[in-house]
Amino acid sequence: MNHVIIVGATSGMGQALARAFAAEKKNLFLFGRDMKSLEAMASDVAIRYGVTAQAIPFEATDFKAHAALFNDELLSQTLGAVLCQGYLNDNAASRVDYDEWKTTLDVNFTSVVSCLTPLANYFEKRKSGFLCVVGSVAGVRGRQSNYVYGSAKAAVTTFLEGLRHRLFKAGVPVTEIRPGFVDTSMTFGMPGLFLVATPEKVAGDILKGIEKKQAVKYTPFFWWGILTIIRCLPRFLFHRSKL
Amino acid sequence: MRSLIKTISGWGNYPAYPCRLFRAERLREQKEILATPNESFIARGLGRAYGDAALNADHGVVLQERFDRYLSFDAATGTLECEAGVSFDDLLRTFVPRGFFPPVTPGTKFISVGGALAADVHGKNHHRDGSFSKAVESFRLMLASGEVVECARNANSELFWATVGGMGLTGIITTVRFRLSRVPSSRILVRYEKTRGLEETLSRFTSTDEQYGNSVCWLDTMASGEKLGRGVMMLGNFATPTELTGAKETHEIEFSKKITVPFFLPEFTLNAATVGLFNKAYYSLFSNGCSKLKSIDQYFYPLDSINHWNRGYGKSGFLQFQAVWPKESSQEALKKTLQEIQKSGANAFLAVLKTMGEKSEGLLSFPMPGHTLALDIPYRGKNTEQLAQRLNSLTLDFGGRVYLAKDAFLTKEQTQKMYPYFDKFLQVKRKYDPNGRFASSLSKRVGLQ
Repeated sequence: MNHVIIVGATSGMGQALARAFAAEKKNLFLFGRDMKSLEAMASDVAIRYGVTAQAIPFEATDFKAHAALFNDELLSQTLGAVLCQGYLNDNAASRVDYDEWKTTLDVNFTSVVSCLTPLANYFEKRKSGFLCVVGSVAGVRGRQSNYVYGSAKAAVTTFLEGLRHRLFKAGVPVTEIRPGFVDTSMTFGMPGLFLVATPEKVAGDILKGIEKKQAVKYTPFFWWGILTIIRCLPRFLFHRSKL
Repeated sequence: MRSLIKTISGWGNYPAYPCRLFRAERLREQKEILATPNESFIARGLGRAYGDAALNADHGVVLQERFDRYLSFDAATGTLECEAGVSFDDLLRTFVPRGFFPPVTPGTKFISVGGALAADVHGKNHHRDGSFSKAVESFRLMLASGEVVECARNANSELFWATVGGMGLTGIITTVRFRLSRVPSSRILVRYEKTRGLEETLSRFTSTDEQYGNSVCWLDTMASGEKLGRGVMMLGNFATPTELTGAKETHEIEFSKKITVPFFLPEFTLNAATVGLFNKAYYSLFSNGCSKLKSIDQYFYPLDSINHWNRGYGKSGFLQFQAVWPKESSQEALKKTLQEIQKSGANAFLAVLKTMGEKSEGLLSFPMPGHTLALDIPYRGKNTEQLAQRLNSLTLDFGGRVYLAKDAFLTKEQTQKMYPYFDKFLQVKRKYDPNGRFASSLSKRVGLQ
């Protein structure tokens, strides 16, 4: 039992996480869509760190398939799981395009529920394991610029809150990571970015958050301050802002 | 795919152009990028080409930095397959402790494997081991159509030899399979020999090339008259375990401490007095005939220990001039070139000379048997451009050629004369890239399109 599950492993953050876990001699189950990239990652960590990694095809919105993917045989070898699948939508398109807002909710929220359900049940019964989900600072307050994405991430927050409550007795920590801007293909070329963190920095913070069994972790840490200010802005100011 | 308009430059900080940057993280995204309508592209690794080879003014530049994964490694033969964005720095950290070293390395380790193939780079071991392509078994190339083809000496060989040294103009190199060299330790036993003039420098190369796997000569650019072409030869072989004294582990890798040039230094920093003083001091630093154990960083990458050393030349940047001449004419060519630079008062700096061995089969590969000189010239407007033009035509006069990975001033006519397979290259390029989707500021300037 020395495997860590990474879902959405080909994302910029997933790739950095895979190397960070492999550097700590953890074997990996890598779930994602782009099999060529997953296989490249698997050989990379094997050559660099001498760990074994397995590439497993995963479609975030194929909810019914998830229970079979996270089966007992796989989970019996698993220490814990990090979920970093995500879809950053075009907020303007989401006003008119069914697929755009639906995919945003499906990937960012529903698929998290559908993955966590078999994982949580297994870890609860075993009374060990860890769960970690990459949320977003966007979930802290609904803002005109990306409230569809933000609402899916806020739903994740509430779901994890309840799951954390439930799994407390079983001793299974549930960690929510709230990254600010991270330099990945999700954000590359987006206007108005500031204080952009590298995926490696964020991956390091995620490992620390898991190790310390933190409930919620902002990365880099200063986003906690920024979000506290945004959350506390009185409406008459907030509504006049372009946030 | 989203893109980002940004003004970028090569390592010389001259020229700088606004380019449309793309960056893929997954293989399928790279294909999507190439499907962008009405756009041309050049792949960019770590941006260490000095001039405009990895720029594409007002058009697409595809960053490769996220493709940095190892795909397979055979420890018995040293054969490694990796993605094109893997850096030499990463190769050293991963494989020196296992007893392997890149087959060929230029003077910086902050280059990518894809860039090494595209420029068919050479190093201090060129006289013995040839250029990078010699150790390359095969590579994969993404063509303009998005199709990925495997190229080797016996498969798509035409494309193989056009892409080796082809400055990224045939497609995007996605993976490279090449042989690392086995080394007996991570230290180099270096012998320093001071020479008193050009003739002695060249004859020392001839007499030592057999004995030393690595050789280079630092030249005092300010020395004139009888002393013109004097320098310090740095002749190195990897130390055998018995030659190691003091080092704990045979293959322990030791990094030089890094300092950073925090901002662009003012342009008067490098003037005749400071450059002259540096050269004199550096020359007298060495005692003739001494031998020392050096780390990989110290011997192969002395400048890498200064982050952003290119800022030392000021905001206007600098030109790195590198040319190679055949043995028959190189002495005269070197003399004329050094004199021309001194006459111009350009305060050229950090000049290195070395012998080159066999030529590469790459259609646009730079190396040919003879002597190659590389030196930095601060960019100071028109005067520098005129000097560059004079140096380029001088190079042609003596049957030499200028290195495309460093150049910023060659014209199409000059390039065509310097590179005998220029037209052959264009034929191959046009066959695989009929709509000219791969282009760079370099390719437009020298007519490689």
